[in-house]
Amino acid sequence: MQRPLLVSVFIVASCGLAYELIAGALASYLLGDSVMQFSTVIGAYLFAMGIGSWLSKHVGGNLLVRFIQIELLVGLLGGLSAGLLFLLFTLHAGPFRFTLYGLVLLIGILVGLEIPLIMRILKREVAFKDLVAQVLSFDYIGALAVSVLFPLLLAPHLGLVRSALLFGLLNAAVAAWALWLFRAQIGPLMLLRTQCLAVIALLVLAFGFAGTFVSLAEANLYSEDIVHAESSPYQRIVVTRWRDELRLYLNHNLQFSSRDEYRYHEALVHPGLAALPGAKRVLVLGGGDGMAVREILKYPQVESITLVDLDPRMTQLFSQSPMLAELNGGALASPKLKIINADALQWLEQTQEMFDFVVADFPDPSNYSLGKLYSTAFYRLLKQHVAETGLIVVQATSPMYARESFWTVVATLEAADWQTAPYHALVPSFGEWGYILAGRREYRPPAAIPVPTRFVTADALPALFHFPADMARIPTEPNRLDNQNLVRVFEREWGRVQVH
Amino acid sequence: MRRREFLTAASAAATLAACGSKAAPPLPPGTLSGANDALGHRLRKPDFPAPTETRRTTVAIVGGGIGGLSAAWKLARSGCDDFLLLEMEAEAGGNSRAGRNEVSAHPLGAHYLPLPPREARATRQLLAELGVLQGDADAAHPVYDEKYLCHAPQERLYTNGYWQDGLWPTLGVPQAERAQYTRFQEYVAGLRQQRDSAGRRAFALPLALSSRDPKFLALDLLTMRDWLLREGYTAPGLHWLVDYACRDDYGTAAAQTSAWAGLHYFACRDGEGQVLTAPEGNAWLARGLARASSGRVQSNALVFRVEQGRKESICDVYLAAENRSIRVVSRELIWAAPLFLIPHVFAAPRPEWLAGIRGAEYAPWIVANLTLSSAPQTRAGHPLAWDNVLHDSAALGYVVATHQQLRYAPGPTVITWYRALQEESASRTLSAFALRDGDSPSGAVNSASRAGKRRLLMGRDAWAAEVLADLSVPHPEIRELTTQIDIHRHAHAMIRPLPGRLWNGARSSFELGRPGIQFAHADVSGLSLFEEANHRGVLAAERTLTRLGVSYASSL
Repeated sequence: MQRPLLVSVFIVASCGLAYELIAGALASYLLGDSVMQFSTVIGAYLFAMGIGSWLSKHVGGNLLVRFIQIELLVGLLGGLSAGLLFLLFTLHAGPFRFTLYGLVLLIGILVGLEIPLIMRILKREVAFKDLVAQVLSFDYIGALAVSVLFPLLLAPHLGLVRSALLFGLLNAAVAAWALWLFRAQIGPLMLLRTQCLAVIALLVLAFGFAGTFVSLAEANLYSEDIVHAESSPYQRIVVTRWRDELRLYLNHNLQFSSRDEYRYHEALVHPGLAALPGAKRVLVLGGGDGMAVREILKYPQVESITLVDLDPRMTQLFSQSPMLAELNGGALASPKLKIINADALQWLEQTQEMFDFVVADFPDPSNYSLGKLYSTAFYRLLKQHVAETGLIVVQATSPMYARESFWTVVATLEAADWQTAPYHALVPSFGEWGYILAGRREYRPPAAIPVPTRFVTADALPALFHFPADMARIPTEPNRLDNQNLVRVFEREWGRVQVH
Repeated sequence: MRRREFLTAASAAATLAACGSKAAPPLPPGTLSGANDALGHRLRKPDFPAPTETRRTTVAIVGGGIGGLSAAWKLARSGCDDFLLLEMEAEAGGNSRAGRNEVSAHPLGAHYLPLPPREARATRQLLAELGVLQGDADAAHPVYDEKYLCHAPQERLYTNGYWQDGLWPTLGVPQAERAQYTRFQEYVAGLRQQRDSAGRRAFALPLALSSRDPKFLALDLLTMRDWLLREGYTAPGLHWLVDYACRDDYGTAAAQTSAWAGLHYFACRDGEGQVLTAPEGNAWLARGLARASSGRVQSNALVFRVEQGRKESICDVYLAAENRSIRVVSRELIWAAPLFLIPHVFAAPRPEWLAGIRGAEYAPWIVANLTLSSAPQTRAGHPLAWDNVLHDSAALGYVVATHQQLRYAPGPTVITWYRALQEESASRTLSAFALRDGDSPSGAVNSASRAGKRRLLMGRDAWAAEVLADLSVPHPEIRELTTQIDIHRHAHAMIRPLPGRLWNGARSSFELGRPGIQFAHADVSGLSLFEEANHRGVLAAERTLTRLGVSYASSL
C-alpha cells in the first residue's frame, strides 16, 4: 500500500505543478506581460494550496474515498482548465481574469488537500519522520519532472489545451488505480466507479476534439473570419470578414477592404472617365474583383467593357459568390461586359481592338514578372490600342511610402511618349495611394462628375492632383525591360516601410 | 575529377534506388541531332556519283552559316542577284539555327549577340535593317528595341548553394580578392579606350581593325591563364570568371586560350554587358540575313570537289536528298565553309592554305534543350534569370528560352544547356580529320582527343543523364519537371584561338583571298563570333562585287 501511494504522490505533484504552469503560460499568451502573469498565477496557486492544506483537517470519513474523489475533481477541473480559459477569452463570453484566478484558486485548494490526505492515510503504517521525508521528496521530484517536460516537450508538441487534458487524465488514472488497489477497504464501489468512468470518458473525448476546438478558437482570436480561401494556379485568394467588413487578400497582400474600397475605385475611374464624355469602349486590365467595372457601368455612354484578368477563379468568385457579387453590384453579370481570362501582355499583343479608356489595375511591381506590366515596352504596346483622344489610368503604388517607385512609373509613361497627370487619394486601408492618368495630349480635369459618387467630386479634384512636399516629384529613371529598376526600387522602399 | 566523383555518386544513388522498391524513373524522351556527320564524313572516302547536270551562276557561295548568309546578303543588297548558296544541312544558319516545339522556339547553338561596337558596321547595319537598332547606327550608344534587349534579370551564378546576382563570384570572397577584380576591370576598361598611333583600337571587333602594335600582338604568344598569373592575378574567382568567358566564347579553357583572344573578349565592346537575344537564340539574325538569298539557296548540298581557277570555278555538289550530283560553274567563288574542309574538297589546295590550317583545332559543343512543365525553383538567392550559370560545373549553365516572352504568367518553358568540350577536340589537326577508319592514329592525335571524341559520340541517353545530373545540383526536382531532352551535337562548332594562332600569319592567305576566290568564314578571323563571320562574309562579297565591276556602298 505504501509504494502505490508514493507513486501517486509523484503523479499528483506533477499534475499540480502542471496546472500551475499551464495557467501561467496561457495567461501570458493571451494577456501578455509574462512576468506579471506567472508571478500572480503562481502566488495565487500556492496560496490556494495553503487553504487546501488547512481545510484538509475538516475532511473526514473514509479518507481513501475522499482522496479518489478529490483526484477526480482535480483531473476534471485541471484537465479542462486550459480549454475553458481559451474559449472564454476568444468568445469574450465572460470576465476572463476573474475566471482565471477563480479556477487557479479552486484547483490550488484541491491540490492542497491531496498531500495532507495521503500523509494521513499513510501515517497508520509509516513512522512520521520517514513519512514526511518520503512524501515530500516524491512531491518535489514530481515537480521537477514536469517543470522540465513542460517547456521542452509538452507545450511545443501537445499545446496547452491538450497538455492540460493529459494531466487531467493522469489524475483520473490515479483515482482509478487507487480504487482498484484499495477496493477491499472501500465500501460500496458503484458510485465511485461511475464517477471515475465519467471523468475519464469526458477527458478522452475532449482530448480527441482538442484540435478542432483550438483551430476554432484561434480563428476567433484573429479578428477576421476567413470566409473563402483557395489557391488558383496563379495566386492564393483569401476573403475575410470582420463584422460587416470584407477584405480580399491576394498572396497575403490586401487588395481591398469593403469599408473604403469605394475611395480606391472611385479615384481610379472617375477622374479619367468623367473627362471622356464620348468614351464608349473601356478596357480593364487586372481588376477581376469587378469593383472598377461597377464604377464604369455608372456611365450610360459606355457601350462595352472588356475585362482582362489572368485568373479565371477571381472573375468566377466575384460573379458567382452572392456575398462578393453584392460588393460589385453584380457588375460582372452586366451584358456590356466581356470577360477574358488571359495574360494582359499576350492579349494586347495579339488583339486589334481599340479603346477610349483603359484602366491598368495590376498588383504592385514586387517581382520581375509584374515589373513587365509597368515597363516602357508595355506602355508603348498599350498605346497602340488607345484611341487618339483616349486616356489610360494606372494604379502606381503609394507616392508616400514608395515615392521613388511612383515617380518611376510616371517617368516610364513619359519615356513611352505619354503625357501624364499623376494624382493621389487617401484610402485608409492603404494610406496615401497614387494613380497616373496618361493620354496623347494634356489632361483637363472634368468640370463635373456626372454620376453619383461618395468620395470623388469635381470640387475636390484639383486637390488630388496637387502633391504636397513629402510626395512631390523626384528625378527617376524609366523602367525598361532590360533594367527593371522599378522592381529594385519598389523592393527597397517597401522593405523599409515594413522594417519600421 | 570532382565532376566524375559526383557522377559516380549519382549513378550509385540511382543504382540504390533501383534496388529499392521502384526502379529509377526512365529518362525523358528526346532526340539527337547535330551537324550532318554521316554526310560530312563521306568526304573522307569520296565515292559520290558523277555530276549529271551543270548549273552556271555568277557567284557560288559554299556554306550557309553566318559568313555565307552575310555574303549573300551583301550581294543581294548591292543588286547582284545571280548567286547560288550551297548548304550541306537541310537549313541554312550554321551555329545560329533554332529548334521549335509546342512550348517555345529555342536555340540549337549561338543564343545572343552583345551590343556591337561602332566598328562592327555591317552588324549594326543588319540590326538597323531588322528594325532592332533604332536611329543613328553610328552613334556610340544607339537605341535598341527593348523586346530584343535581354530583359532583367540577365544573369545569376549558383555558388555555395546560393544563386547570386551577376557572374563575378562575390559570395564569401575576401576583400583582397575583390580588389583584384577591380584592378582587372579597371585594366580592361583602360584597354577599351586604348588606341595606337594609327588610331586603331587595341582590341577591335572585327579583329582585323585591331592595332598591330607588337606589344599587343605579343599577347597572342602566351595563354590567358599565364597572362593572369604574370600580371599578379591570383584570385580564384577572377580565374573562374575568365575561364568561364573563354569557355563561353571560344569553347576553350583559359589555360589553352591565347591571352590576346582572352583580353579581346573583355576589351573589344563597350555595351556594358548588354546583349540582344530572343527565344530562338540568334536564329532571328540568320533568318534576317537569309531573306536576301531566298530562292537562291540549295540545301542538302555537299560540295565534294572544287576546282578553282582565275576565270571560273567548278564545284561538284552531291544533292543528298536526290542522291545525284550536279556541277556548279561560277565566275567567282566565295568559300564560307569551315577551313579544315579545304584539303578534302579542293582538287589543288594551295600550299599556303594547307600551312595556314595546320595545327588548327575545333571545339566541340553539346547543346541540350530541356522542355520543362514549369520553371525550376530557386531555393535560395536571386530569382530565375535569362542566363543561369553553375560555378562548380564543367558545363556553362542554361538560358531560359521564354525569358524574352512578353507575358506575366508562369508556365511550361524550355531551357537550353550548354557544354563546350573544352578538354577535347573533334578534329585536332588536319591529319586527324584525314584518318581513315582502321588507320592507326598519327602522332598529331593524342589520346586525350580520342577520349574526347568518344565523349562527343556519346548517345542521346548518356548526354541526357549527364545534363540532368548537372542540373540536379541547384534543381533537385529537374527530372520531374523535364518532359523532353533534345541533344544537339556540334563536332566542329568553333575554331580555337590557341596561343599563336591569331597573329602568326597563318590566317593571312585566307584574309587576302585570290583572284576568283574569297574566304568568308569566322575561321578566317580565328574567333568564332557572329560579328567576325558577318564581317568576313560582307568583305568577301564586296571584293567579289569589285571584281565583277558592280558598284556598291561599303558596309565596312
